[in-house]
Amino acid sequence: MTLARQEIERVYREESRRVLATLIRLLGDFDLAEEALHDAFIAAVEQWPTEGVPGNPRAWLVSTGRFKAIDKIRRRAKFDVSLEDVAERIDEMADPNITEDHEGVEDDRLRLVFTCCHPALMPDAQVALTLREVVGLTTEEIARAYIAKPSAIAQRIVRAKNKIREAKIPYEVPARSELPTRLDSVLRVIYLVFNEGYLASSGEMLTRHDLSGEAIRLGRLIIELLPEPEAVGLLALMLLQESRRAARTTPSGDLILLADQDRSKWNRDQIADGIKLVEGVLGSGRFGPYTLQAAIAAVHAEAASADDTDWAQIVSLYDVLLRADPSPVVELNRAVAVAMRDGPAMGLALIDDLLAQGDLEEYYLAHSARADLCRRLGMKAEAAKSYKRALQLTQTASEKRFLEGRLKELS
Amino acid sequence: MKYICQIYLDEESMGAMPTPEVEALNLEHHHYDDELMRGGQLLATGALSPSSSTSCVRVRGGKVTVTDGPFAETKEQVAGFFLIEARDLNEAIQIGSRIPSARLGTVEVRALAPLVIGGKDYWCMDRLGMRA
Repeated sequence: MTLARQEIERVYREESRRVLATLIRLLGDFDLAEEALHDAFIAAVEQWPTEGVPGNPRAWLVSTGRFKAIDKIRRRAKFDVSLEDVAERIDEMADPNITEDHEGVEDDRLRLVFTCCHPALMPDAQVALTLREVVGLTTEEIARAYIAKPSAIAQRIVRAKNKIREAKIPYEVPARSELPTRLDSVLRVIYLVFNEGYLASSGEMLTRHDLSGEAIRLGRLIIELLPEPEAVGLLALMLLQESRRAARTTPSGDLILLADQDRSKWNRDQIADGIKLVEGVLGSGRFGPYTLQAAIAAVHAEAASADDTDWAQIVSLYDVLLRADPSPVVELNRAVAVAMRDGPAMGLALIDDLLAQGDLEEYYLAHSARADLCRRLGMKAEAAKSYKRALQLTQTASEKRFLEGRLKELS
Repeated sequence: MKYICQIYLDEESMGAMPTPEVEALNLEHHHYDDELMRGGQLLATGALSPSSSTSCVRVRGGKVTVTDGPFAETKEQVAGFFLIEARDLNEAIQIGSRIPSARLGTVEVRALAPLVIGGKDYWCMDRLGMRA
């Protein structure tokens, strides 16, 4: 392979998503921008081996892609009247006095993330669009990760793009005043992508690992461009959870609980990164649910063993989290931490109160947590009853095997 | 990945189309073929003769039988195809949606599947001696 060819492949890997983001801004259309990106790389393959690799390949690709798109639209407008107004708009853009604003190029990726996560789009469309346009996964890869048919994912992406076009959703980072609510959906999508990779309970492990890696990369991109405390908190949370990946399952894919994990398998670099980020945000005093969850994960990560864990600190972090983002699931987690701090009887009383309120009746983890506390209190019949209820509610094979194992130990 | 875009058109209404319009459509198709060819995305394309000229071949018990007419009677008939190279299904749909006939009929986009022989994949491209 020639040097130029290798260079083109490197530029494609490293720059194509950025070039696409800028082309979407300049052309105002996803499909047109994708075609322009393709054409720009074709031109690179033709020209770079003889003319040499340009000094700024990204700028070269953006301007080549833009001119190819302008040519294409002009040619097409001859046949397709619906393109006439696009052609006019493109004529204005072809003005040689307009140069690309390279200062804003980094922000283009952020604009793209915000556009893909626009609240007017359905949540599952937001995820599919972000994975394809920002992360660069193919439709078939997204379908594999979500165990869906490629045609269903393709339809979701086409509909989302139509919606963006028809509703004239602006390609921009929202104004400061709008940011808190809009950033929410961006962070939620990133966390969803991460969880798809993290809860590797079914499907192909490898693809899912890719997803959590991509979510972390996206998280880094967001804070590089927009260092909001909660964005930093989310990145910390993802790093701390990811640090346990190698210790979370047996080679056959069975779950290993946090208390039973081999902590020497935890990734120390990710833990150090995560803790540093959490400390920074907590110091700023402006933080929310992601940061608090990251802080809890950091307390676990700092403990040399399960017994060494500072449960008092975890309980007080859950108290703060309950104020910031109250939910029955957070209350359940707090109850488990209380059981560790004050003994299983205290935890069981809290869980029984929670179950009596009804919100967690269908949530298998509430029943398996109750079962575990009953087991530790020697209440075998109650424990068995709750394990059985949890088993009824569990979908995934590895969790079923875990619960069946516990149930067997009781008898 | 390789995808086939099959064009379905209603032959009856196409037959009633005035000659200048047919010529304009053909010219537009010709330009789009060129465009995809220059972009390296077109592997093969062609228009088909009317479906009434179809012969269906079956071999049953070692005996060849041939019947007239398309395999299935539908309102729209297969009129042509594009064999393309695309990054993923969405890019293939994007290319398929730009086929001029998509405005008149239906373009069916489908990924090519490998032919497995003795556990090994053979793409039909390789068998045709076209670029893999």
